[in-house]
Amino acid sequence: MKYLDEYRDRRSAQRYAKLIKALVKKPWTVMEVCGGQTHAIVRFGIDQMLPPQLSLVHGPGCPVCVTPIELIDRAIAVSRRPEVVFCSFGDMLRVPGSRGSLLEARAQGADIRVVYSPLDAVAVAQQLPERQVVFFAVGFETTAPMTAMAARQARSLGLPNFSLLVAHVLVPPAMEAILSSPSNKVQGFLAAGHVCTVAGFADYEPLARKYQVPMVVTGFEPLDIFQGLAMLVRQLERGTCAVQNQYSRSARAEGNQAAIALVREVFEPCARQWRGIGPIPQSGLRLRQAYSSLDAEKRFQVEGVKASEPKECLAGEVLRGLRKPRQCPAFGTLCTPDNPLGAPMVSSEGACAAYHRYHR
Amino acid sequence: MKQDISLSCPVPHAPERTVTLAHGSGGRLMHKLIADIFLKAFDDPALHEAHDGARLEPCPDRLAFTTDSFVVRPMFFPGGDIGSLAVHGTCNDLAMCGAQPMYLSCGFIIEEGLCLDALEAAAKSMAAAAAEVGARIVTGDTKVVERGKGDGIYINTAGVGRIVALNPVSPQRVRPGHAVIVSGDVGAHGAAILSVREGLAFETGLKSDAGHLWPAVRELLEADVDVACLRDLTRGGLATTLNEIAAKASCCISIDEEKVPVRREVEGACEMFGLDPLYMACEGRLAAFVPPDHADRALAALKAAGCAPVVVGSVNDRPAGEVRLKTRIGVERVLDMLSGEQLPRIC
Repeated sequence: MKYLDEYRDRRSAQRYAKLIKALVKKPWTVMEVCGGQTHAIVRFGIDQMLPPQLSLVHGPGCPVCVTPIELIDRAIAVSRRPEVVFCSFGDMLRVPGSRGSLLEARAQGADIRVVYSPLDAVAVAQQLPERQVVFFAVGFETTAPMTAMAARQARSLGLPNFSLLVAHVLVPPAMEAILSSPSNKVQGFLAAGHVCTVAGFADYEPLARKYQVPMVVTGFEPLDIFQGLAMLVRQLERGTCAVQNQYSRSARAEGNQAAIALVREVFEPCARQWRGIGPIPQSGLRLRQAYSSLDAEKRFQVEGVKASEPKECLAGEVLRGLRKPRQCPAFGTLCTPDNPLGAPMVSSEGACAAYHRYHR
Repeated sequence: MKQDISLSCPVPHAPERTVTLAHGSGGRLMHKLIADIFLKAFDDPALHEAHDGARLEPCPDRLAFTTDSFVVRPMFFPGGDIGSLAVHGTCNDLAMCGAQPMYLSCGFIIEEGLCLDALEAAAKSMAAAAAEVGARIVTGDTKVVERGKGDGIYINTAGVGRIVALNPVSPQRVRPGHAVIVSGDVGAHGAAILSVREGLAFETGLKSDAGHLWPAVRELLEADVDVACLRDLTRGGLATTLNEIAAKASCCISIDEEKVPVRREVEGACEMFGLDPLYMACEGRLAAFVPPDHADRALAALKAAGCAPVVVGSVNDRPAGEVRLKTRIGVERVLDMLSGEQLPRIC
């Protein structure tokens, strides 16, 4: 298929693997930020073609994985109310909260519906004026514009029965949290191509300079990832720390201005808890005052719901790149896709699920 | 002022042609439903006898017997409907035993409010699908459930077939060295359903691959291919089917991703939603396991039946119970069974 086969070509991949092998002189640890890239790396087996000195660690770029357990519990509490129709992306349904998942709540009678876009949830609210429709807004810079559009539509339609349970997070603050941690091992980043397509990558320059790490904005196909890695390794070997753009067919430094403006109109940055990592300043989005009437946490008074992570799950260390999924004692034993302890074992973008599915 | 009072009955509101609870009550309406829709569509002497069961002709061969229930949303989709699917599915299960489909039963569980025209259309397409493969629908049952207690319609079909294959067709006969053949491109049924599903509809010319596999199996058997095992690639697609066989046969199945045929439209839909075509359902595709020296003959036979078959891999002894995939870029990895349904990605 055009625009796909070219990026999955066996011989070109082998040529890139050879090139990277030739470039690498010293051991390096680099992180791919996005769960979509982690998935592609293990699905195609890219990691198995890399020299042993080049170690890939998997980043926190899985929206399902980093949504705090407390918010899952709040989502379940909201969904159990008889007047509520709870709309969510399918991936969130299986994520375990402290006592069960949304899927279990649905089996017990909660009206929980899988939607593919927040605008579908707005449509449900229009169709069911007697019900309260709540959308579980998860995701990074990539999905935030859709949520913002839904908020704007709900307001202009004057829908009193639509609200948002907001769990949006931002990538650059998480990258800074990883880099500033004393236990950090990451020496270079493959930055997430789709996040940069929406939000741009101007914010990455100061980070690269401050922490002296090279970054390459990278796409999601095998040859994208190989090329991104080659660019990154070249910089590491030369000792430079520039922000380069491998994914130039999609990403621009300034990003998608219309999407950025829309997100700014509806949301403002706030401190946010990341599952398995902890609080990161300015890393989340919350509704601005003008849109605060859409806040489901306030509307259904679930802010008091508190929860903590199960101790056996080392998701935090996996999400910060300190451990590989297989280095977690629960991996594949206590924690499997059929019986996940933590979110990274659930989501298709989660590192543990990707390892379990492709890497045994 | 004198008011005009009419004592005549108002003209009754033309009743909408829908199934009501009365259609399942055993009374006159039910008999009318059976006569007008099912007897008319299936038109089989055994049904016309209106007995409690069908009395079948004696058969000298061993028999295969199977049952399957069908639930699909929407009821009509590009390339088929729940009626044709209910016949194809059960007949294909018989064909996978090396058996020619002979007799079918059908049980309908209908939700009150279902449009009678839709029911009639589904029954007609069942009849057409059965006629296509020479199977007879000889007995049936109808139940109506209250509105909200069903999903439009559920159909159960059971089937009896005459085993034509000389050797047993079973996963237990799969051996290291056997070639793995798929009978055509995979995933079109799953992608076609996806394209018309509520809340997800996208435009495509894609049609389901739903259809009969018996003609393909007949060609294989007539060409004297020693078919060790056959399996139709239904729910969970090629990946799930191969995992089932690998586990049952205690061997390792290795396939090459590049060789698995996938239509462009299916690949495009899968890319868009972050799904893997190897796990997408088919309703008219099979995987055949044959000795290596029978592979060419098997390919020729399948081609003669109108298929576009491909050898996608082979059977090894280790690691037993596992399916290995050579990825597009040439690396080998496990191809596992999924924990649940494939879910579209978030971003």
